[in-house]
Amino acid sequence: MSDIFVIVEHRLGEIRDITFEMLWKAGELAENLSHSVTAVLLGHEVSSIAEDLSDRADQLIIYDDERLKNFDADLYKEIIAGLIEETKPPLILIGSTSWGMELAPCLSIKTGLPLATDCIDIMSEHGRFMAQRQMYNGKIFANVSFAETPGCLITIRSGVFPKDKIGDRQAQKVQKDFPLADIKPGKAFVEFVETAAGDVDITQADLLVSVGRGIGEEENIALIKELAEALNGVVSCSRPIVDKNWLPKYLQVGTSGKSVSPKVYIAIGISGAFQHLAGTSGAGTIIAVNKDPKAPIFRTAHYGIVDDLFKIVPVLKDKILEAKKG
Amino acid sequence: MDIVVCVKRVPLTEEVDLVIDAQKKGVKKDQLAFVLNDWDNYAIEEAILLKEKHDGTVTAITVGNEDDEEVLRRCLAMGADRAIRVEAGDISKFDSFGIVKILSGVVKDLPRDLVFTGVLADDDSYGMIGMMMAEELNLNHSCMVTAIELEDGKVRTTSELEGGLGEVSIVYLPALITIQTGINEPRYVSILGIRKAAKKELKVMDLAELGISDEELAPRAIIEEVYLPPETEGAQMLTGDPDKIAGDFVEILTKKGVME
Repeated sequence: MSDIFVIVEHRLGEIRDITFEMLWKAGELAENLSHSVTAVLLGHEVSSIAEDLSDRADQLIIYDDERLKNFDADLYKEIIAGLIEETKPPLILIGSTSWGMELAPCLSIKTGLPLATDCIDIMSEHGRFMAQRQMYNGKIFANVSFAETPGCLITIRSGVFPKDKIGDRQAQKVQKDFPLADIKPGKAFVEFVETAAGDVDITQADLLVSVGRGIGEEENIALIKELAEALNGVVSCSRPIVDKNWLPKYLQVGTSGKSVSPKVYIAIGISGAFQHLAGTSGAGTIIAVNKDPKAPIFRTAHYGIVDDLFKIVPVLKDKILEAKKG
Repeated sequence: MDIVVCVKRVPLTEEVDLVIDAQKKGVKKDQLAFVLNDWDNYAIEEAILLKEKHDGTVTAITVGNEDDEEVLRRCLAMGADRAIRVEAGDISKFDSFGIVKILSGVVKDLPRDLVFTGVLADDDSYGMIGMMMAEELNLNHSCMVTAIELEDGKVRTTSELEGGLGEVSIVYLPALITIQTGINEPRYVSILGIRKAAKKELKVMDLAELGISDEELAPRAIIEEVYLPPETEGAQMLTGDPDKIAGDFVEILTKKGVME
């Protein structure tokens, strides 16, 4: 029986959802393949985290050391590479998160194991793993296989698997000593900073009118503000609008911005990158306006309008004002 | 301050119907327009801003065929001092690992305090080139960076985490940094600017010159098949003339209780 490894992601004492999602997928694969699940936890004073994982894996390998207090991709890489060398797991799962994006490629080069990133499913055929992922902003799907190596690394997109428990597990805890000598840190943690603080809290809004790249020019945002005003709604946006400094970061919906849960979310000129959609999963109803009928947003939205936003938005606004008057 | 920036030419695919190629390994590209990858545009701008403030050089590198030189010309027009293209034909035969071998083969012989790549490329979205290179070249690193300040022998970076959180770090030079969009406002490049930059150095190297063999470039992650997204129920489309659409729209909003 071999082990599927899941690298535990946690921050500020809390286990990140991606950890539970990876453990769910690892559990599912393990049941089908008669493998076991090993969670690998690095950190300092992590006993409560270990406790929360105790029924999610068959084995929990813990490196608890002061030098692991903050995430450091190099230390993680060195320690996990050593563990891989020792135990030769067939599959190692890491989150496709800010931290995973730094760790996984380094680990791939260090160990020589192939890597597929940002995957949305894992299949197993004839004892070999294959990963499903998206290209071209979700317009194309791809199945990726791996060269004949002792194992492979897969990073998993957040939010694609359930956070639930799967199977009956009781983790055997294995405490390991910090295995490295002579560390010369190339990077030092300074602090966490809040980059999305502001006057308006879009997470509390009942109605969001959200604008994306399709708006074209900064001055056109007035059109969206007028629609939001007619509806007594709040304006929000996708990343490209913040990147261009047209609206402040605290109005951004998505992975690096806010997760919102309005009754109605109106997405205008937003193509629907998964990073954006990750922030809209709590929305009651999503109505999307986009001129590209193949835009990924229409796969998630409840209602869609395929039209030039500059033509349809003024008509929508007039109709709303008319209805409110009547 | 010598800065090397790795860039990629990618197709524009928004509002385009993509067609799968006959081998089902990629998409047909002959009808697509190409641009400098958005993340790389921010990366080259950041390098030029640092150079303008602290002096030094900016070198832009890409791997590909002659068509890919177009993005290097753009980098030169923005203010890069020189550019290098590694002639490698159609790069879709390589995986990220192969591209990293090639880029590292060039970068290892260049003076560099900083190496920049974009966080990811808009086409295949693997997002692994930068950190793989950091490991391959044994460089310190910082990932998904939205702010850089140069200090003596080190840089202070802010990395983007989830949920509006940033992580500030000190990274000792030489270092590789992956640049996130929004870090700056990339400058406009005119046709005239590109023409003027034509006299800047654009060196072409080949794999033999770098001493890289085909075996070293054998892909480890292999695309078996690409396909269109599986059909989902999708959105219920509001159709008809604009007035009818707007009427249906208001009806939905009323039903959902947000037309107060």
